[in-house]
Amino acid sequence: MSLRTRTRLFLAAGMGLLAFFIYGLLGLPPVGQQISGYATKLNSLTVPARHITDTVTAVNFDFRGFDTMGEEYILFTSVMGVLLLFRTQRDEVEEAPRNHAPGRQAPPSSDAVRVCALSLMAPTLLFGIYTVTHGQINPGGGFQGGVILATVLLFVFLAGDYEIFRKMDAHRAVELAESAGAAGFVLVGLAAIILNKPFLENVLPLAPAGTVLSGGTVPLISLSVGIEVGAGILLLSTAFLEEALVLKSKKGG
Amino acid sequence: MIILQGLILALIGVAGTAVVLTRKPLAQIIVMSFYGLLLGLMFFAFQAPDVAFSQIVVGAVAMPLLFLLALTKVRRNE
Repeated sequence: MSLRTRTRLFLAAGMGLLAFFIYGLLGLPPVGQQISGYATKLNSLTVPARHITDTVTAVNFDFRGFDTMGEEYILFTSVMGVLLLFRTQRDEVEEAPRNHAPGRQAPPSSDAVRVCALSLMAPTLLFGIYTVTHGQINPGGGFQGGVILATVLLFVFLAGDYEIFRKMDAHRAVELAESAGAAGFVLVGLAAIILNKPFLENVLPLAPAGTVLSGGTVPLISLSVGIEVGAGILLLSTAFLEEALVLKSKKGG
Repeated sequence: MIILQGLILALIGVAGTAVVLTRKPLAQIIVMSFYGLLLGLMFFAFQAPDVAFSQIVVGAVAMPLLFLLALTKVRRNE
C-alpha cells in the first residue's frame, strides 16, 4: 500500500470516527448540571447509613467494595507479573552497579537533590499516613495514600545512593506487606460471612461521622488497600530500578 | 468556574499535542508528566478531588518514573 492510499484510508477512517465522536458528545448531559438518580441516592445514604462524609470512598470501599477488591487484585497480579519477568535468569550473573567507564563510580546525587529529598521525606510519610487513614472523611484513601507512602522510600534512593538503598533490602518484608494487604481486604469481607451477613457487609460499630473511626470496616479496608498498594508500587519501582541499574550479563559471556 | 474549566481544557489540548510532537524520549517523559499534572488539575476543576488525587500520584509521579527507568535500561543496552 502506497503512502498516498494509506493517508487517504486514514483520513476516511478519521472522519468517520470524528463524526461518531461528535454525535456521541451531543448526547451527553451538560457538565455539572444534572445529578443522576444513583448519585442522589448515594449522597443521601452515605452520612446517615455509613457515617462517611466522602461519598467516593463510601462507594469504593463499601457500596461497590467488591469491584474495588477485583481492582486491587488486578494490581496485585500485575506486580507479580512484572517481578516474574524481571527475575534474574538462571544464565545471568549480577554485577555491582557502576558507570560505563570501568573503575569509575557513578557520581553521587547533587546536594540540591539530597536536601530536597531529605526534607520532603518526613512530611511525605506523614501525608501518606494521613491520606490512608482519612479516606472516609476527606478525598483520598488507601490507593492514593499507598502510592504516596511508596514515594517516601524512593526519596531514600534519591537522597543517598543506590548501594545504600539496596543494602536496606527489605524485599521479603515488602512482599509480605503486599500479600497481607491483599489478604486483609478479603478477610474483612469474610468476617461478615462468619457473622452470617453478606460478603463485605459492615460488621463494626459506626463512630460519629467526621471522625477517623467512622465508617465501620471502611477504614480497615482502606488501610489494607494502602499497605497493598504502597508495597506493590515499591516492589514495582525497585524491580525497575534493579533492572535498569544492576548490570546483568550472560554467564561466561 | 466555567472560564477556569475552559482554560484548563485548552491547556490540556496544547499539552497533549506537545506530548505527541516531542520526539526525544527523555523530554517526552517530562512533558507527559506535566500533562498528567494538568489532567489532575482538570479533575479538580470539575469537582472530582478523589480522581484528581489518583491522577496526580499515578500520571505525574509513578508512570513517568517507570518510563524513565525503562529508558535507562534501553539506553544501557545500546
